[in-house]
Amino acid sequence: MSVTRNEIEYIAELARLKFSDDELESLTLDMNRILDYMDKLNELDTENVEPLSHPLELENVFREDKIGKSISAEDALKNSFSRSDKYFTVPKVIKVNSK
Amino acid sequence: MYKNHSEKVQKIISGILDLKEHTKDLLSSIEKNSDLNAFNSISKDVVEKAASVAEKIKSGKHGKLAGMTVAVKDVISVKNEPLTCSSEILKNFKPLYDATVVEKLLEEDAIIIGKTNCDEFAMGSSNENSAFGPVLNPVNKNRVPGGSSGGSAVAVAAGLCDASLGTDTGGSIRQPAAFVGIYGLKPTYGLVSRFGLTAYASSFDSIGPFANNLDDLSAILEVISGEDKKDSTSSGKKFTRESLENLDASKLKIGYPKEFFGKGIQSEVKENFLKVIQKLKSAGIEISEVSLPHNEYSIAAYYILTTAEASSNLARYDGVRYGVRDLNSTELKEMYEQTRSIGFGKEVKRRIMLGTYVLSSGYYDAYYKKAQKVRRLIKNDFDNVFDNFDLILSPTTPTTAFKLGEKTNDPLQMYLADVYTTSANLAGIPGLNIPIGFDNDNLPIGMQLMSNQFCEDKIISFAKILENEMNLS
Repeated sequence: MSVTRNEIEYIAELARLKFSDDELESLTLDMNRILDYMDKLNELDTENVEPLSHPLELENVFREDKIGKSISAEDALKNSFSRSDKYFTVPKVIKVNSK
Repeated sequence: MYKNHSEKVQKIISGILDLKEHTKDLLSSIEKNSDLNAFNSISKDVVEKAASVAEKIKSGKHGKLAGMTVAVKDVISVKNEPLTCSSEILKNFKPLYDATVVEKLLEEDAIIIGKTNCDEFAMGSSNENSAFGPVLNPVNKNRVPGGSSGGSAVAVAAGLCDASLGTDTGGSIRQPAAFVGIYGLKPTYGLVSRFGLTAYASSFDSIGPFANNLDDLSAILEVISGEDKKDSTSSGKKFTRESLENLDASKLKIGYPKEFFGKGIQSEVKENFLKVIQKLKSAGIEISEVSLPHNEYSIAAYYILTTAEASSNLARYDGVRYGVRDLNSTELKEMYEQTRSIGFGKEVKRRIMLGTYVLSSGYYDAYYKKAQKVRRLIKNDFDNVFDNFDLILSPTTPTTAFKLGEKTNDPLQMYLADVYTTSANLAGIPGLNIPIGFDNDNLPIGMQLMSNQFCEDKIISFAKILENEMNLS
């Protein structure tokens, strides 16, 4: 299986990453080499094997839905780059066509 | 000066050691060794804290780790101290709470001396992926210290603190411990709370200790293990030092996997390992060859599953709530992309890309699900061995510490450095690095002791036999 540069660009968009032409070039090479190595798993017949998603046999943890201690809005906003009053602010989501 | 923490406390009580002065000396020692680049930041008020702990020790009312200087890997939260994950994207971040492990250390009067350098978001095997530069191996400064917990390993090996915490997702405690020649334990998944640990691959990540000796290592493990309501994957099990007393380690059955000695292993690593096997045999220990037939598939399965988990875990770094933000972007999507592209380093981006790819529509079954199935086969291998054996002994790494820059241009070669360690994380079992000797360049060689889940007591008691009676290094 080999991954094309176009696919890499599509995956980059899904992951919200941007790469320069040079970076895309070397990333395509790297990912193909790594994925080729991973194809090694196809040597194994896993038809009747159940997937293992977690190393421990755990059960769901439930608790009462009670209000507990929480951090203040002020603290929660402390590490943000841009805020207004009690909110995080971000650049505009809706584009306005100006003429 | 002192051989372990109990001796340190004794010396403080008898007045031979002044904890405040001693801690000051450590800080200047860190300063003098700044070329090692082991620390990202030093805690505020370390000397004041040492003075107040010294008072507590003198009054006779103190915690189990009173006066122990502990460095913490910079992916673990210490309230109001920087938490950078050695990444540009978090270089200005200060957490609002202590990780559970940190809270527990502080309750027992340990002194958190600072945060240690590591591979960015714990992704790497050489500590060369840090946004703050590589960490050097104190044994030989042209060599890597291993990764990703390189700074934590070096801080202990260079005598810049008594012990440290690292994290191990595929070998990130055991491999650097081997490369610098100290003890490093990856506990069973779920034995130690992950609350306050920055997630890389949530079903693999474990926090564990580095130390110069097994007494300190087990004292720390006793403190940091146990149930935590804030971590839903916390098992509720706890390690106690008491459990070591009822165990006759000389009666344990040991296996060593025949698959671990194929191509790629450095001859001196193999020779030293076989020497230990020989010594154990002549000491009357029951030890024989075992098989882990799927180990050769562990790297492939590991990098599919961990990059998948990472791509999801690292989606949160978007510049909105914390971390850096690209201020030139005028649109939201552009801001996300710019922030993440500028903020993340090369290897982190590569892993996010791989993870996004193996989870993407059309490839999920071929890669992700396939790897989950292989994960079960690897776990079954261990279960089969542990039906008849107590411990598995193997080399920790195929080679001793490699040269700085040697593998940076070849990500696949770097991944293959984890060939003996990732399987323990796939199966959720514990592994301890034990220093056993040196190669011809005087670089440390490590050996790994693994057990079934939650059998850290067997590992540590057997390692004690090696420490006390075998004269290994």
